[in-house]
Amino acid sequence: MKGLIATRLMQLVAVILIVGTLSFALMYFLPGDPALRIAAGRYGPDMMDNAISDMVRAELGLDQPILVRFLSWMGDLVRFDLGHSLVTGAPVIHEIGLQLGYTLWLAVTAFVLSLVIGPVAGAIAGLFPGSVYDRVMLLVAVGLRAVPPFVLAILFMMVFGVTLRWLPTAGFGGWENLVLPSFTLALGLAAMSSRVMRDAMMGVASAPYFIHARYKGLSDRAVVMRHGVRNASLPVVTYLGLQMVYLVEGVVVVESIFAFPGIGHALVHAIIARDVPMVQGTALAMGGLFVLLNSVVDLMCLRLDPRLRRAA
Amino acid sequence: MMKTGSLAHLPAGLAEQQAGGFWTTARMAGVAIIVPLLAFAFIGPMLIDTDPLAQDYDAVLIPPGDAAHILGTDHFGRSMLARLAFGAQLSFVMAFVTALTAAVPGILLGILAAARGGLIERGLVALSDIVLALPGLLLVLLLLAFAPGQFGPLYLGLALYLWVEFFRVARIETARVMTSPSVEATRLLGFGRFYIVTRIIFPALAGPMITLFAFATGSAIIAVSTLSAIHVGLRPPTPELGAMIVELMPYYSEAPLQIMMPAAAIFLLVLALQLLAGRKS
Repeated sequence: MKGLIATRLMQLVAVILIVGTLSFALMYFLPGDPALRIAAGRYGPDMMDNAISDMVRAELGLDQPILVRFLSWMGDLVRFDLGHSLVTGAPVIHEIGLQLGYTLWLAVTAFVLSLVIGPVAGAIAGLFPGSVYDRVMLLVAVGLRAVPPFVLAILFMMVFGVTLRWLPTAGFGGWENLVLPSFTLALGLAAMSSRVMRDAMMGVASAPYFIHARYKGLSDRAVVMRHGVRNASLPVVTYLGLQMVYLVEGVVVVESIFAFPGIGHALVHAIIARDVPMVQGTALAMGGLFVLLNSVVDLMCLRLDPRLRRAA
Repeated sequence: MMKTGSLAHLPAGLAEQQAGGFWTTARMAGVAIIVPLLAFAFIGPMLIDTDPLAQDYDAVLIPPGDAAHILGTDHFGRSMLARLAFGAQLSFVMAFVTALTAAVPGILLGILAAARGGLIERGLVALSDIVLALPGLLLVLLLLAFAPGQFGPLYLGLALYLWVEFFRVARIETARVMTSPSVEATRLLGFGRFYIVTRIIFPALAGPMITLFAFATGSAIIAVSTLSAIHVGLRPPTPELGAMIVELMPYYSEAPLQIMMPAAAIFLLVLALQLLAGRKS
């Protein structure tokens, strides 16, 4: 347990270091004089002259050596002082606070959906290995894995949004805007986890304790639910750790395609607009979300496997 | 007898493959898909004399099957056939170069870490852990922020992320082979490090590295097309498959097949590479 927490804390530190350093470099290499830019943003381009920009420069310490500026940049970061957006002028932390809610909804819905679709489809295939169903599921899973999330998102948008007109294709107004983006992500995730579940279930189904449970007269349902699913789900949960990369990357992509007002969408827009404080803030939030999801998977593993609890 | 003896140093999975199991059904299917695709991507542009950027406003959104435009045209009257061939070539070459840039240092550093151990190994492992702290796409996006729309940072970011997988697997496999009796025997016979690396470690790494390389190429194809589709990767009018899909989206109701074509090209390329890779152990 302590080891796990330490690992995740180290990961968080690495996220902050990478994002902070790259954002500082981004600010440093951005063409033009930052003091002029900030002064224009504060007082309006008409009110600005060299005296005012010099004042801003001195006030913000922009005339300091680069190392000092870097340390003060990282100091602000650690105190969650993320600055103001260069485009809207609003505090970054405020914007992120709004967007994070949407992103969490999307990520959690997709995650839960994938946990329903993937393992169930996989468990049935694992109980009947070699059957027609098993083979069809294999083809579906292999095919889905080769479709990038953005292509799947566009296909869904075209079929369910434009042709059938069942669901909205962009923006956010209610739960119906959540359906297509979360299914896009969930299917990609489920394609991977269903195969892991299938192999695990196949292994469990031939294990002595499983056969014994049958012999002692338990119903099929009890055998599968009590002795099968729990044991077979351990590799799936362990594998979820690897899937979190796909989930977080997918959130960025799918939000951008569906114009979903979350962090990933904001990150891509901030990059196009070269809004460095927003790039830093949104990247930090996504990185933080990644660490958080990884920790959740760690806890699920501990919960499922008592052996890990004793070891940790 | 000789044969099993010479295979003893190989990892179990690889030894099986060498015994005739390399060409699985999945791998054969992968070859069957990728050979015609690559022929289209590399021989196609030589045979097609249409410029993929040439616009013709008299022939906009012509459906596939037309005599002059076999695969139809897009919203600027550009030949879909030419754009697809050039796009597939661009995607494949970029992905291949990226994967190669990740693989060479990844494998060499992996061998170095396992062979030297100590501070070098710990430093490299820490470095790879730091890279993995963020999802790959986030790292690439942060680097892309320096110069959106250019291949330079995109390439650098992808290679920077993808080398880690090569490094990790190469390190673990090398460490395992280094402690095997065959390496010890070779060393006792007086052969040098160079001989051990080229004659024992390289062959042992070949199988897993081919698998990783095919996966990395597929990931790079997905990443480049995805980033182009969300307007931070390569930009129109470059015939990039992801950018083509998004460009054609507003014309979906008039020309649904034109969107499907670049989508199918990406799907088939990635599918073939994943099939070629075989199972990730």
